[in-house]
Amino acid sequence: MQARPYSGRACIAVSVMLCNACRVSRILHRGCWAMGRRDALTLLEVTDLTVSFPTADGVVRAVRGVSFGVEAGRTLGIVGESGSGKTVLTQTLLGLTPGADVSGRALFDGTDLLTLTEDQLREIRGARIAVIFQDPLTSLHPLYKVGWQIAEMIRAHDKSVSKKQAHERATELLGRVGIPRPAQRVDDYPHQFSGGMRQRAMIAMALSLSPRMIIADEPTTALDATVQAQIIDLLLRLQQESHTALIMITHDLGVVADIADDVMVMYAGRAAEKAPKRDVFYAPHHPYTKGLLESIPSSSASGDRLRPIPGSPPSLINLPSGCKFHPRCGYVLDRCLTEEPGLRPVSQGGLHSSACWLPVQAAGLSEQAEELRAQTVREGRGEAAAEVFDAEIAGAEGSVAG
Amino acid sequence: MSAIPADTGPASTGSASTAPETVGEDVLVRVENLVKYFPVRAGGLIRRTVGQVHAVDDVSLSIPRGKTLGLVGETGSGKSTLARCVAGLIPVSSGRVIFDGRDITNLSRGAMRPVRREIQMIFQDPYSSLNPRRRIGAIIGDPFAIHKTATGAERKRAVQELMERVGLNPEHYNRFPAEFSGGQRQRIGVARALALKPKLIICDEPVSALDVSIQAQVLNLLADLQRDYGLSYLFIAHDLEVVRHVSNSVAVMYLGRIGESGPIQPVYGSPRHPYTVALLSAAPAADPDAAAARQRIILTGDVPSPIDPPSGCRFHPRCPKAEAVCGQQEPQLEARAGDAATHLTACHFPVQAGENLAAAGRSEPA
Repeated sequence: MQARPYSGRACIAVSVMLCNACRVSRILHRGCWAMGRRDALTLLEVTDLTVSFPTADGVVRAVRGVSFGVEAGRTLGIVGESGSGKTVLTQTLLGLTPGADVSGRALFDGTDLLTLTEDQLREIRGARIAVIFQDPLTSLHPLYKVGWQIAEMIRAHDKSVSKKQAHERATELLGRVGIPRPAQRVDDYPHQFSGGMRQRAMIAMALSLSPRMIIADEPTTALDATVQAQIIDLLLRLQQESHTALIMITHDLGVVADIADDVMVMYAGRAAEKAPKRDVFYAPHHPYTKGLLESIPSSSASGDRLRPIPGSPPSLINLPSGCKFHPRCGYVLDRCLTEEPGLRPVSQGGLHSSACWLPVQAAGLSEQAEELRAQTVREGRGEAAAEVFDAEIAGAEGSVAG
Repeated sequence: MSAIPADTGPASTGSASTAPETVGEDVLVRVENLVKYFPVRAGGLIRRTVGQVHAVDDVSLSIPRGKTLGLVGETGSGKSTLARCVAGLIPVSSGRVIFDGRDITNLSRGAMRPVRREIQMIFQDPYSSLNPRRRIGAIIGDPFAIHKTATGAERKRAVQELMERVGLNPEHYNRFPAEFSGGQRQRIGVARALALKPKLIICDEPVSALDVSIQAQVLNLLADLQRDYGLSYLFIAHDLEVVRHVSNSVAVMYLGRIGESGPIQPVYGSPRHPYTVALLSAAPAADPDAAAARQRIILTGDVPSPIDPPSGCRFHPRCPKAEAVCGQQEPQLEARAGDAATHLTACHFPVQAGENLAAAGRSEPA
């Protein structure tokens, strides 16, 4: 079993009383760890989070009962297509979804984020949980200098910092995220920065108050491949230095393969599969995860036909019955039409869980797993499911079983 | 049209003979030494030209009939400008575009019209490339109306056949674009491009805006259409895996020039240009073990401005292998020792097999 990373709250009271940021408590933590305390508490623990938006057309059920945890120093990758609820999920944690009906619990360092007032949230946003958005151009104010915007953020949370100090700190941060000649560039406007530099500036801003957790919402989607590599490299390095927890929201499985420790795959507002990174890529259990992996063009499949997932994601106002993936699933069974599966463990350690009715052993891309899936389909597919399969999937691209 | 002064043209035209062409292969499109500069103007009342954006600079390439040429490169490398020049949407500054044996460079509007039937485009953004106020039957039927090839009931029937061909329900003829998902909208764009039975379709990032599962559907559709109608594609994308999947050959652009070109296998398998190597190493792979094992080359800095491109090799300020000569002398795009005649590289110091570029990487410029 791998050593758990440092988490202040995991240790005995003495070390918690010591400054969370200082090295002493980190060493003490290692001591605790050696003594056998392995139940490190997670920094963020979200339980059964549900978010819906009442609209004129009906209720948009964006997130439906999602639970997950993130530990300090680790990275959780949240993967899903547009409309799977991944962005709403994290924005709700920060109180950025006004007008939404929210239920559930989100304990961050012992405080339930969902019960906080706007003023209390403002204390947390930026200072303890920072966000990096997809489009760095629209998240920076075009009329203010980059350095000024970083300094403003520092002073908004700590009035005792003088303008000069804040400006110096901004320069230092820009240097830390790899912007050349930070002393000059700190007084540039956002339009004088390239896309990659703007994203670096956003990261500098996110780091400015040494947050415990960073939420990065598609931070590299708008960037070119070589710049994306620079930014991922930077995020990984900064995370190692400061031991921050990172939530990486992306639709790109390649980015997840690079940066995440754990992965949560979302579909139609729910977690379809949750596992350590390697399990998701090498032993996917949920047919949606498997479908995503198979639909990516890769060197191994070069020249062959791609196997896309048929159909398109459902409307969040008018969700299908039972398992929300069943109209696109090549392994649809009778019970999938009526009963929605919950997450259940599919591996020995229980770290890998999947919300699918297929047998627990049917994980992975091997032939045995495929045979087991096919056998389950033969036994569990009655007339009703066969009808759905014939209507929606059999004729379409990418059908696999049956 | 902007006439450019002779002294700002490309210094050398010596690479004319290196346009990739395999003997015996039926070439549909040949681009020879294509140059496109955009003037940069300043001043209020009297606008004067203060510089040139070197968007495409001395590019030669060819697309065989029924085959796909992939064009990769970062933002600002000139791939879309090149595509627009080939499609005749913007005049070229110099060089030639030869389509199906005819020189179509800077033809007049009238002369270009019949050619336009044979060259169609599919655009990146399925949301902004369809007029939201028009029904999709009208959108797909536009090419028939413009080129007066079908009218009335005949046009409707033709449109519905097209819709069926690209996987749309023909009964949705009277719907508006807003009623379709991203993937379906891209199918509408494909149907529109297909309407006049073109020979060449220029796909400008056709799947970049789509989700992964939908992306595969559209790529398969494009492959089917190529097989059934013998289409040629100029396929522009920044996703290297997508390009590898759909293309027969590939050209890598950097700052308006081609750095490396050739059939897929050698370029992806043993890239010779340091930029290609860096690009391939930077592409995220959905495979954690491969990602961990990979020697990633992190290029420093950003792509320089195309208004004032670097002297010599345009990649030299960011290149881990750059030496003095790279800043002075422009490397020719030619086959390098040990490579096939179709695998061309523009580099003074081509990467050797097994060479570790990551180790040669330089620190951030001060």
